[in-house]
Amino acid sequence: MTAAGHARRGLAGVFAAVVRRDLLLAVRRRSDVLTTFFFFVVVVSLFPLGIGPEVDTLRTIAPGVVWVAALLASMLALARLFVGDYADGTLEQLALAPQPLLVLVLGKIVAHLLVTGVPLVLIAPLLGLQFDLPATALQVMVLSLLLGTPVLSMIGAVGAALTLGVRGAGGLLALLVLPLYIPVLIFGAGAVSASALGMDVSGHLSALAAIFLIALVFAPWATAAAIRIALE
Amino acid sequence: MSLNIWRFASPQAFYSLAGNLIPWFLVAAALLGAAGLYVGLLIAPTDAQQGDAYRIIFIHVAAAWMSMFIYTVMAFWCAVGLIVNTRLSFMMALALAPTGALMTLIALWTGSLWGKPTWGTWWVWDARLTSELILLFLYIGFMSLHAAIDDVRRADRAAALLALVGAINVPIIYFSVKWWNTLHQGASVSLTRAPSMARAMLLGMLLVALAAWMYSIAASLMRVRSLILERESDSDWVQTIARTEAAT
Repeated sequence: MTAAGHARRGLAGVFAAVVRRDLLLAVRRRSDVLTTFFFFVVVVSLFPLGIGPEVDTLRTIAPGVVWVAALLASMLALARLFVGDYADGTLEQLALAPQPLLVLVLGKIVAHLLVTGVPLVLIAPLLGLQFDLPATALQVMVLSLLLGTPVLSMIGAVGAALTLGVRGAGGLLALLVLPLYIPVLIFGAGAVSASALGMDVSGHLSALAAIFLIALVFAPWATAAAIRIALE
Repeated sequence: MSLNIWRFASPQAFYSLAGNLIPWFLVAAALLGAAGLYVGLLIAPTDAQQGDAYRIIFIHVAAAWMSMFIYTVMAFWCAVGLIVNTRLSFMMALALAPTGALMTLIALWTGSLWGKPTWGTWWVWDARLTSELILLFLYIGFMSLHAAIDDVRRADRAAALLALVGAINVPIIYFSVKWWNTLHQGASVSLTRAPSMARAMLLGMLLVALAAWMYSIAASLMRVRSLILERESDSDWVQTIARTEAAT
């Protein structure tokens, strides 16, 4: 095998190791994962109680409610993304590793997505049923969340890295990250609304996919830079 | 005489340069502002459709321009600071942020005052209003992050990175809000359908806009001078200034 081949497999191997480690930690601390999940379910269930049980109203607000709840749940989980590793020095070791920090950060983001994003995507159709959304809209909801939650994790990772070890990190994180989530919210909820009205959703989903690609280019790089600033 | 502008990248040199420039910018701001308001409030004709209520745009437009322009300048200094690692760039960015936030707030406030008589409502979820509101959130986020980190060097760099992330996001946010707005058929009134302006209106608007420029420069320079004194308080030249100030 060539040296380049070794290096490539090395990079993929380290990436996989980071993902495996974070997933293992999540399995060992199940309550963290479950908290985010139930937070999402509880927040969505509050809206009918606050607004009233009229089916027509619920059907109109469902896309926005589910998406806003997904935004908040994803943000809630961010607080734990780097904090533990920062406190026990693991993050410093990752930054010192010969492999680029970018790849390691991407591994942590993927693990975070699998642990917090995917459960939301899976439960969302059930919550949509409670709001009497038609089946096609439920499919679009799953699709839009599949495209959108990775963006939430990536943008959120930048904010989580910037607020490492900062006073009042939780509230500050919300202030930094939520305005940047707005485009994802608009196109994600927009796709579901359009589909419920029987309109074409390819435009919304394409915009979401474009935002996903832009985030994939910039966000891991910005996160790595923010971690280096925090570790200085 | 050869003038080396790079000399002013040093906080000490820039401190005295800014001190010399501030009175000029303040005087220019006062004169241009007075002239602009005179043209706008007394000379410009009353609008056929909106009556005299439209006159608030003389302040509104200037503030809205500055709010967006200052963010660009701020992001520029943040990028310069991160790339070439100059202390003064970060101070400049930090000094610009409060003025930018103030201009954003003025733009929102006057826009709302203008909207009530013209559109019949204080607020519409129009693309421009919404983007301006989000811009205010970005300014507040920048200042909060800087204030939350005690170590100055880290605060500078973290806030600078945030400003750059925001700068990439501003156009995305603007266009997504714009598309969202057209899809939802929210506001039926559009700013772009405004009737063509009389020459006096345009003149008044430009004069006030120039005044807002001069004011923003003066205010930021004053703030950057305080930041320089604060951060360089251990150096000899600041101690000398402090001693002479105390003596007089």
